[in-house]
Amino acid sequence: MPGPIDLIIWFLGTAFELAFVVCSLARKSFLRYFFLNLYLLLSTTASIGRFFILWRYGQSSDQYMYFYFYSDALLTVALFVALISLYSHVLGELRAGEYVKWGAVFLLLGTAGFSYAVVAQSANRLSTSFAYELSQNLYFVGLVLTYILWGAVLKLRETRTRPVQIILSLGLYFSGYAASYALANFSGKHSIIQYICPALGCFLPLSWSLTMLRYTDESRLVPAQLVAVPR
Amino acid sequence: MMAALIFAVSLATLLMFFVSYCRSLVAASSRHPLSAEVRDVTGINAVASAGDYRRVVQLLQLCPERQEDRSGLQAVSIYHSFLTAARQLSAWVVPSLRSWTEQEQAGCAYFAAAALDRRIAYSREMLAQQDNL
Repeated sequence: MPGPIDLIIWFLGTAFELAFVVCSLARKSFLRYFFLNLYLLLSTTASIGRFFILWRYGQSSDQYMYFYFYSDALLTVALFVALISLYSHVLGELRAGEYVKWGAVFLLLGTAGFSYAVVAQSANRLSTSFAYELSQNLYFVGLVLTYILWGAVLKLRETRTRPVQIILSLGLYFSGYAASYALANFSGKHSIIQYICPALGCFLPLSWSLTMLRYTDESRLVPAQLVAVPR
Repeated sequence: MMAALIFAVSLATLLMFFVSYCRSLVAASSRHPLSAEVRDVTGINAVASAGDYRRVVQLLQLCPERQEDRSGLQAVSIYHSFLTAARQLSAWVVPSLRSWTEQEQAGCAYFAAAALDRRIAYSREMLAQQDNL
């Protein structure tokens, strides 16, 4: 079983995920941010599932390991869908939704195929290695997509505070995850993920919940103040 | 090789997103008009200066805390420390960065002053509720 600190971080993360859904409902923004809510509801379900498997089979069991990495991969796909929904929020006026949707599907399948090819070439064909490689690559693709979306926000001079802060939080989350998985992959110390990822898992729903609480859909900010070097 | 490259790029974007996130917090508070009391007590009139931040934070610690402000203030506090370190490190290399960091720290000071304003209003509300009871 994980230590008390691990469990506290875990329960906090799950509580923050539910808090975002509650905040969305309270602020009447559940449907507007439907895919973010869906992702966090799925994440809560996965968290509860992980806890039961951990409790029944133990942390070092194959059941827990496979459930952890495969639920993680599925959640990443759900997060991608949430990210694409943010694209449609930002690019809604340009009517580029179809292109974005197909581009994202192509990227997702391409990343899964690339990760499988990398692992299949190595002598040790473990499914868990594939899960690590896939997670690292998916988070990195997510990071690139978020970076492009952030570029679009700056280019289109987006003024709505909520989407801006939701996208930036997502950027921080993807960067942190991609860096952690990459560090674990090249250093071989997979325990790094055990501590950093749950903390990042708390950060994202907390940050989104605070954004929902602090700002309304009418809240605006000055786009020029978002650019580090004024144009 | 691939993992090392991803690690380096992810760290760079992590820093970029952190700076942008803090700037968005500061930008969101820049439209908050400060009350006359806060302007008097902090000495900030229309525009804050880089040196105001520490004084405003000391004043903030005297007021009852609001849960909603805590994480934003922590993020901006880390950003302020980052700017201080960046200013000291780049003093010899890029002197022009000094004015940029000062401008950013002034934004942090205004953010803290806006939080102080909200805390004072919150304390007043609490006192009024107690009086009603």
